[in-house]
Amino acid sequence: MRLFKFRGGVHPDGHKQASANKAIESLPIPEYLYVPVQQHIGAPAEPEVCVGENILKGQLLAHSQGNVSAPVHAPTSGVVHAIENHTAPHPSGLPVKTIVIKSDGEDRWINTVTPIDPFQLSAEEISIRVGAAGVVGMGGATFPSAVKLNLRNRYSIHTLVINAAECEPYLTCDDRLMRERGQQVVDGIRIIQHALGAEKVIVGIEDNKSIALAEMTASAANYDDITITKVPTRYPMGSEKHLIQTVTGKEVPARALSADIGIIVHNVATAHAVHRAVRYGRPLVSRIVTVSGDAIREPRNLEVLIGTRVSELVAYCGGYKESPSRLLMGGPMMGQTLPRDEVPIVKGASGIIALSTQQVAEQLARPCIRCASCVTACPCGLLPLEMASRSKKGDFQGALDYGLMDCVACGSCAYVCPSNIPLVQYFNYAKGELTNKQRTQHKATETKRLAEQRIARLEREKQAKAEAAAKRKAQKAAERAAKAAAKEPAKGKSEIAQNTSGQTAEKEISA
Amino acid sequence: MDKKILQIHSSPHISSGAGVDVIMRNVVYALLPVVAFSIYAFGLAALFTLMAAVLSCLLTEHWLCKWSRQTTSVNDWSVAITGIIYGLTLPPNLPLWMTLIGGVIAVSLGKFIFGGLGYNPFNPALVGRAFLQAAFPTAMTTWSAAFGAQRFTSLPASTLTFPLTSPQYDSLSGATPLAAMKFNQQPTDAMDLLLGLTSGSLGETCAVLILLGGLYLIARNMMNWRIPVGIFFTVIVLSALFHFANPHRYPDAVFMLFSGGLMLGAMFMATDMVASPITNLGCFIYGALIGTLVVIIRLWGGMPEGVMYAILFANAVSPHIDRFIQPTPFGHRS
Repeated sequence: MRLFKFRGGVHPDGHKQASANKAIESLPIPEYLYVPVQQHIGAPAEPEVCVGENILKGQLLAHSQGNVSAPVHAPTSGVVHAIENHTAPHPSGLPVKTIVIKSDGEDRWINTVTPIDPFQLSAEEISIRVGAAGVVGMGGATFPSAVKLNLRNRYSIHTLVINAAECEPYLTCDDRLMRERGQQVVDGIRIIQHALGAEKVIVGIEDNKSIALAEMTASAANYDDITITKVPTRYPMGSEKHLIQTVTGKEVPARALSADIGIIVHNVATAHAVHRAVRYGRPLVSRIVTVSGDAIREPRNLEVLIGTRVSELVAYCGGYKESPSRLLMGGPMMGQTLPRDEVPIVKGASGIIALSTQQVAEQLARPCIRCASCVTACPCGLLPLEMASRSKKGDFQGALDYGLMDCVACGSCAYVCPSNIPLVQYFNYAKGELTNKQRTQHKATETKRLAEQRIARLEREKQAKAEAAAKRKAQKAAERAAKAAAKEPAKGKSEIAQNTSGQTAEKEISA
Repeated sequence: MDKKILQIHSSPHISSGAGVDVIMRNVVYALLPVVAFSIYAFGLAALFTLMAAVLSCLLTEHWLCKWSRQTTSVNDWSVAITGIIYGLTLPPNLPLWMTLIGGVIAVSLGKFIFGGLGYNPFNPALVGRAFLQAAFPTAMTTWSAAFGAQRFTSLPASTLTFPLTSPQYDSLSGATPLAAMKFNQQPTDAMDLLLGLTSGSLGETCAVLILLGGLYLIARNMMNWRIPVGIFFTVIVLSALFHFANPHRYPDAVFMLFSGGLMLGAMFMATDMVASPITNLGCFIYGALIGTLVVIIRLWGGMPEGVMYAILFANAVSPHIDRFIQPTPFGHRS
């Protein structure tokens, strides 16, 4: 298959050998599980269980709210121990509403399932099943998958691209998943394809995963419309737009959805979750997590229940070799630092990476020497140094003019910067400030609109009252006149007619 | 686990490792053969001039940092490069006191006044040299011959001239190939130019070594090859055109390419990252501009050499090139 090249990109050291050859192991069920109600982009789910309630594995814990949301299910059977605030897996360390489950160790499912044939289902039924199972994008973006499946209603989708690039260093969870469960992944891919009505499927796998590539090729051998493609190992190959460009040569227009050009991208782990959800009716209650980094004693790939605390994964991997300097959720290029290891695993947690002090010696930023390494590295064709200097001095409009909103925050620029300038931090800061500004502005116009509406309403009411009063006055005068006319029958007819027309007018106003 | 030591940091959490000091150090490595050759060709005069140039630059930077209560930036190697390059552009028998003044001007007015490393609009070394050219035109255009017999045992009389007095020159003065061409229509053998068997500024004579240093940096991805290529291409095309039109008046392309400071300027001065454009296309345009200016100044100017002014002018244009030449962001092509 013909591949296309995207500009820029970097080649960070893969570090994948540490865990690539470790088979997926199931982590023993922990005693307590901490399940946050928000693990996805969109509105948080609303708890449906009460403290003290006995629950079974797969039972709905919190239902989704609104159009973009996802429900949360019980990862194992046990008792709802508490519904409280618990530190979120986010750099801020802020608390988020969390359902704490004390497991009974029996891991009893709520239902026994008879597998169904997904290809007999309609697209609607598939997307309802996927939505009900709480499946979200497992590559880290955690966008509710059902919402993406529903895009077929508004766009005609011809190609499904499966993102199996796994371009982040250290991470091997998708690699292992494809090696060990190729058939199931391909089944999930076919279900998504069926739901979208896409003519063809392209699975992009970076060429550093040759075993996964072979396994997937074998699993998909019977399906002519599924192409397993080897893509070059280059970060950020796993960026949706860049993968699309690599395998199709098409460029997703700025600020548009890939669906606009008839393409939808799903992550390979999402396909696996869809397979379980649709074929077996199993909700998303576990995921595969790579635990690695030079501060981890025995890097591994673990299948973990959602809500398991990071510390338990680390303990299972032999603990820390040395006390880590940074603990990351996700890969080292785009992952987020965790404030501590008591935070739970969520649906989007592809990896737990513990980096030692040597690996991430904090270095002071030096002045930019305009070496343009960032310009060469930027896969989005931007001038990161200019955007950063504008953001630094608070000129957000200037940063916008240099294309801030086209930045995907992949971090290639900061990775190559010889001056250690935290470019991504500047961009995130500028984006945040712009969002705030927009929100304030929106609020102000909204307030103004409401105030104006209120003034107009009061004005209308006042006018209506005045008119009503005038009408009443006129009516009374007419009645008086009618009475007088009754005494003098000669004038009668014309005044009665006037009276009726006045009454009709009043009715119209009150209506 | 000790909770206090966990860093909260923006992604990415790994870096490619090549820091500013590594890049700068490699530029110094690339310059070392040129430095060695200049000492071999001009002897003690070269050694003393280069030492004076580097020292004056380093000390100026250090004192200015101290004076403005900043941490000294001497250890990022960038000022060492300024010092070496500045030294390499000087005539071998320049009085040391002039060398020292030029170094102070280079770092203070060429770099520090704009905000230090990363903010200099012009190549600081050339600012220093341009000042000397304006202040001491005679001293800056008097050249001693290379490979003098006594070069390792004695210094030229002019080198140790007392500050603020005019230098006395030995009889052994040599014309540079460019001056010989301009004023006497006397060409120099191309092989001599390549191997540096001519007179000239300290570091500009041996084209081969300069090319090798530049290739080393290009191979290590520490220099944008489009700048020297843009310069060479324009110089070759323009000078070939003029030479074709009037071979008696205008020198051929090979001579233009390997004589004077063109090689040194194209490889090590025009490529100053701060003062050159950031896009690849911009670098080509910038190189072409330098090449054009060099040819114009050399062929019609009052001076035999024009590389310095060509680069300084192009430095001034560089931010404007960056403003107009910008890549199309992803998703905006249609």
